[in-house]
Amino acid sequence: MSAILTRRRLITGAALGAGGLLAGCDKLGENEGFRKILFSADAMNRHAQRLLTDREALAREFDQSDLSPFFRGNGSQNPQDPNYQAHAAANFSDWRVAIDGLVSRPETLSMAQIRSMPQRTQITRHDCVEGWSAIGKWTGVPLKMLLDQAGLRDGARYIVFHCADDSGGGTQYYESIDLIDAFHPQTIMAWALNDAVLPIRNGAPLRLRVERHLGYKHAKYVQRIEAVASLDGIGLGKGGFWEDRAGYEWYAGI
Amino acid sequence: MVIDAPPARSVFRHRLSTRLWHWVNVVALVTLLMSGLMIFNAHPRLYWGQYGANADSAWLEIGSTGTEGYLKIGDRRWDTSGVLGYWKDGQGNVGRGAFPGWATIPSTYNLAMARRWHLTFAWVFAFGLLFFMIRSLWNGHIRKDLAIGRTDIRPAAIGRDIMDHLKLRFHHGDARFNILQKFSYVGVIFILLPLMILTGLTMSPGLNAAWPWLLDLFGGRQSARSIHFIVAGLLVGFIIVHLALVLLSGPVNGIRSMITGWFRLPAEKAQ
Repeated sequence: MSAILTRRRLITGAALGAGGLLAGCDKLGENEGFRKILFSADAMNRHAQRLLTDREALAREFDQSDLSPFFRGNGSQNPQDPNYQAHAAANFSDWRVAIDGLVSRPETLSMAQIRSMPQRTQITRHDCVEGWSAIGKWTGVPLKMLLDQAGLRDGARYIVFHCADDSGGGTQYYESIDLIDAFHPQTIMAWALNDAVLPIRNGAPLRLRVERHLGYKHAKYVQRIEAVASLDGIGLGKGGFWEDRAGYEWYAGI
Repeated sequence: MVIDAPPARSVFRHRLSTRLWHWVNVVALVTLLMSGLMIFNAHPRLYWGQYGANADSAWLEIGSTGTEGYLKIGDRRWDTSGVLGYWKDGQGNVGRGAFPGWATIPSTYNLAMARRWHLTFAWVFAFGLLFFMIRSLWNGHIRKDLAIGRTDIRPAAIGRDIMDHLKLRFHHGDARFNILQKFSYVGVIFILLPLMILTGLTMSPGLNAAWPWLLDLFGGRQSARSIHFIVAGLLVGFIIVHLALVLLSGPVNGIRSMITGWFRLPAEKAQ
């Protein structure tokens, strides 16, 4: 038996097999049924983390000395929309943020109103899905204060963030979080980074900080905060721009 | 082949739990490795500490200058054109990903799908390891076959075993592991594989909040990412040596014993 299977044949066979396997993996990844299996791990990760961990746990807060020397931007870094550019030229003095959807008192807030509310400052680590991390000091109003002020109505399950940047194909960026994350004490609408007004590359004038999630959850250039009962009507139904476009996980805690 | 040798005798060498785990791992580890390389391609730089991004100094970087690929570790830099950073796919198209298409899942850049593969097979791998550890504690595999005893760590015995390996002299007679086998299996099962799981979990921002001790254990998320990569490299090294030794010591018999459990002894030993 071993005379038939030479070493050369075994190695050639293994190489061919590996090549076939690789092509097979790409095919499998496009197969509807197999994708379902692969995509089901998202729910598994979410449930496992919720089962095994304290959902109220705070993300680690760092010291001033831990700050990244430079906090890079990613995704949209300078939205080209003329409307946004006009706001940027005016230092966002007329920027308004709408809070609507399933709320009792829909409202539209100016940046001055937002800055006059109670603020929270936190030094936290930002983790991009690509793999890099940066530590920054964020100041902003807790999202809870905005939601309490507007008054969530029964049936509201998710908070959706509508952004001003066209992220591709004429679609403005959007993201969503559940109410546990929305009311988490470290979830803030930030307007300052490292004690300075938020730079455009990092989401000026207002961005979400939802610590414990990867970077794509942290919507930048936020102009509307909407409470909804279901994510079905948002974008293509998966809850976020990258979730819909590329198949990223809605639960970005991992 | 010698035809008139007496019929060979077989010994039972691998339990069902070991065999099952072995083949589940073949699938899970290859998938994890290749999807992991694609995830690495999304940011082919490694750092030490809590943070690390493009403006910070990386201790390892794979990149492309446009016409050549390079690998940088510390201050040293190697031209890796053709393999890392600059390579050609089957159709001759130039790729500038850190790891080439033949080594990644999917074969073309797709971070989202690579994460789907990786985070799904991480479950298969983790539950497989858990199942194997519990079963092996239960059936005595760890205590009887893997535990490193006092006789194993005598320098003379270790030296003899190293010499046997260098001379490719394999002791097929008994079903026991030799000393180097024990060291490598114990190192992989109880150190490297758990390290992969723990450093993987340390990259989860959700788990960082719930279990901040993970960050302290590895010195930060970016350190955990670096260790995850290094240990993956060590596992690849283990697999290469493992496959080489299987080939050198009789691949058919070895593979058959990992499928059926029965290892055929050489004829002369059977007497």
